[in-house]
Amino acid sequence: MDTSRVAKTNATTAATTTKPNRAGAVANWADERLGLATAMKKNLRKVFPDHWSFMLGEIALWSFVVLLLTGVFLTLWFTPSMGEVQYNGSYDQLRGIHMSEAYASSLRLSFDVRGGLLMRQMHHWAAMLFVASMMVHLLRVYFTGAFRKPRELNWVIGSLLLILGTLEGFTGYSLPDDLLSGTGIRAADGFVKATPVVGTYMSFFMFGGEFPGESIIPRLYVVHVLLIPGLLLALIAAHMLLLVYHKHTQWPGPGRTEHNVVGFPMLPVYAAKAGGFFFIVFGVTALMGALLSINPVWKYGPYDPSKVTAGSQPDWYMGWPDGALRIMPGLESHFWGITISWNVMLPILILPVVMFTIVMLLPFLDAWITGDKRDHHLLERPRNAPTRTALMVALMTMYGLFWIAGGNDIIAIKLHASINQITYFLRVAVFVGPVIAFVVTRRWCISLQRKDNETLLHGYETGIIMRSAEGGYSEKHLPLSSTRAYTLAARDRDPVPVDHQHDEDVNGIPAPSGGRVAALRHRLRTLWYADNVQKPTVEELEAGHHHAEHEHELQAGVEGHAADGHQFDGHHLVEDESLRQH
Amino acid sequence: MSSHDNGHPDVPGHELSNVPDEALVNDLYANPGLPEHQWRPTDVDPRAEKRAERQVATLFGLSAVCTILLLVSYFAFDIGEDPDVVGGVGASNLFIGLSLAGALLFIGTGVIQWARKLMADHEIVEARHPSASSAADREATLAALDAGLEESGIGRRPLVRNSLLGAVGLLGLPAVVMLRDLGPTPSQVAKDKPYPGAGIENTIWEKGMRVVRDVVGTPIRPADLEIGDLVNAEPEGIFNGGEDGEPLEGLALQVNKSKGAVVVVRMEPEEITPGDGRENWSVDGIVCYSKICTHVGCPISLYERTTHHLLCPCHQSTFDLADSAKVVFGPAARPLPQLPLMVDDEGYLVAQSGFTEPVGPSFWERG
Repeated sequence: MDTSRVAKTNATTAATTTKPNRAGAVANWADERLGLATAMKKNLRKVFPDHWSFMLGEIALWSFVVLLLTGVFLTLWFTPSMGEVQYNGSYDQLRGIHMSEAYASSLRLSFDVRGGLLMRQMHHWAAMLFVASMMVHLLRVYFTGAFRKPRELNWVIGSLLLILGTLEGFTGYSLPDDLLSGTGIRAADGFVKATPVVGTYMSFFMFGGEFPGESIIPRLYVVHVLLIPGLLLALIAAHMLLLVYHKHTQWPGPGRTEHNVVGFPMLPVYAAKAGGFFFIVFGVTALMGALLSINPVWKYGPYDPSKVTAGSQPDWYMGWPDGALRIMPGLESHFWGITISWNVMLPILILPVVMFTIVMLLPFLDAWITGDKRDHHLLERPRNAPTRTALMVALMTMYGLFWIAGGNDIIAIKLHASINQITYFLRVAVFVGPVIAFVVTRRWCISLQRKDNETLLHGYETGIIMRSAEGGYSEKHLPLSSTRAYTLAARDRDPVPVDHQHDEDVNGIPAPSGGRVAALRHRLRTLWYADNVQKPTVEELEAGHHHAEHEHELQAGVEGHAADGHQFDGHHLVEDESLRQH
Repeated sequence: MSSHDNGHPDVPGHELSNVPDEALVNDLYANPGLPEHQWRPTDVDPRAEKRAERQVATLFGLSAVCTILLLVSYFAFDIGEDPDVVGGVGASNLFIGLSLAGALLFIGTGVIQWARKLMADHEIVEARHPSASSAADREATLAALDAGLEESGIGRRPLVRNSLLGAVGLLGLPAVVMLRDLGPTPSQVAKDKPYPGAGIENTIWEKGMRVVRDVVGTPIRPADLEIGDLVNAEPEGIFNGGEDGEPLEGLALQVNKSKGAVVVVRMEPEEITPGDGRENWSVDGIVCYSKICTHVGCPISLYERTTHHLLCPCHQSTFDLADSAKVVFGPAARPLPQLPLMVDDEGYLVAQSGFTEPVGPSFWERG
């Protein structure tokens, strides 16, 4: 690598192996005891490819660190106890009121500990960032096909992180024991009681007796500060180790293949960029904590099981199962002296499990249907896997509609609409919407594939309209740069599914088939690739270029004049024509 | 493409036609290779380099200034009192937060500026290696695994193996059983009655117990209510149900509030459609229902007096209080339990009996 011209101010003290500098001396000291040099030899300069979308997971990672830091601060003052105390702190409106120690210490953190409110708000905002960035990161990984072999297990770990992060959020916002969080716990008690056979037992064990009991806050606390963070830490470590082991995926492009990874080295560029980015995430969280009020528990008052506030809503990431709960028709079965609450069980106990199972199985489903067992390190554009893309957009649509249902009361109030009609509409929409989204997305992707082929075959549109001698108008196309053409064409041709069912050997005896499963798989595979547009063949490309050359010959007369359009693409300058600004 | 030369382990055969053994082959264009590196102004122009250096140092300096400001605001601003001064967030919170944000963001932008302008920006190419181990390694590992298993005799000694599996599996039981004392069972609570109204199917309500206003605990005369009024009420037992007539406290209070809360509404007597056998459960058009939603247990409080509908703010189940609190909308499946009312000797509203069914969300044994 040629560093002769880089940052000369650094170059005056170049590192040498013969005369170790101070960092080298420390490294030597450590290596003599830990033997890390062998492992670090490659990893210190490990290459990471660059793309803005690779930063989403990093936001999740750093907001987790912010959560650990602010969380430790909060534990120093928070008292996870439901013991009853009389509040006598700084907040006027609640002085003299009886409340739990948990709520009183949340007030103390907000009003009597300097920076306590800031840390509380930063902790809550960071939690929202954590879950949100994990979700967007998941979408990025899915839409670009980064979950494919060999990274399926990392996808599963990531999905577990999302589930745990969500639970961690729920246990966290339940701790202050204010009216809103208590209402959430009470609803959770209703969910648990709806569990068949063991529901009441589970509820009594959770709460240490009848709701609300005196145990739930300390128990949620230990789950929130020890159990789930421990699991999160372990899984994040595994997620990172696998990332390092597999090396990051990259977009195809000149010089970037399935067999290499092109980018900047961990030391110094990525260490600096990622380290700097930690401070950015931390700083943005601080900004939000300073400016944006969140979960003002003092306004809700202490938990009172006979009271509730209008517009009670969970944090946004719990909104979709809550929405499912809201639009579910009130079905209950009573027979043989037992009750089955379908109205609670289906939306809150079964639906989330089904959704997460589907998400976790997506890589395996994808591989099973496509039969693709190859390693993939180059990313795929969403348009080049129309069915895959459409599948996730359908899931997103379903999620979004459930999420909207979680705010049906707010929507009704803000839009002056009937909550009944919104609910009836959503009951249908959660089923129909995803189907429409699937079809539209798939066709949209296929159209984009067609557009890419047009560009490959005929060059890009210049926006310059040419008039022929006969008076006809046509748009002038110019050939793509070699970089652009290579990148556009860097995609697989879809396989042609082979129906082994009807294979026959030389004697006309049908080959042993996989039975119904194989038939289903074949049908799914056919549907998976149906109507996809393939990139041009070499012959088509040559024909296309030949056609373009012919046009160029016809237009040769304008070359070098304003009408050739090259003042716009920078291929060459045109006399008396500067880049027009209007 | 030169990359084809790299050794790659055999990919297990897939049942697809026309698919090359490895992903992404560009058969249309030869790989043009990495674009040529462009020197940045900071690489070639010493003045630009110096400027970038000063920029980075300035950002770090600004961060230090912010940290000082943070310390000053920590001591300068009082907290407590009113959290809503200065933009609704409190002066201390605002200034500590803003200076902390500045201190962090300036470090972040400074380091990233350093990386972008002054650190080498040559892209490096690193070869990938297959995720799988080499065939030799895999064979050796499998051989070691076989040898280990063989020497342990786990395959040859099913008695040892199975008894071990059984013993270890059985250890799962204590892991579950030892959680038994997390809480009493529902039937234990109902039997032991550690506090009045204990048990999932019970409440503190009983014959003759007064219906009182929820915060102050004063009893209610029918004449206190006008047509259209809704009163949030509690059983008098939570105000005098303790030993020696003391108010309930702590757990007993919380549990009984969570089950005993009721709403009392008055409407025109002829507007009421009494349920079967409930003809005399109202007093002068005054009816009383459990306040606990039969869906997942939120207290219900949004009353629309023209329609007599009561709406749960959590999931919008709507109950018609004029018609035995039947569900008219939303996810709840059962009506709110009704408390039969009468008037005692002193003219106050009291319960004719406790609830005739469990209040709150459904559960398996409810029947």
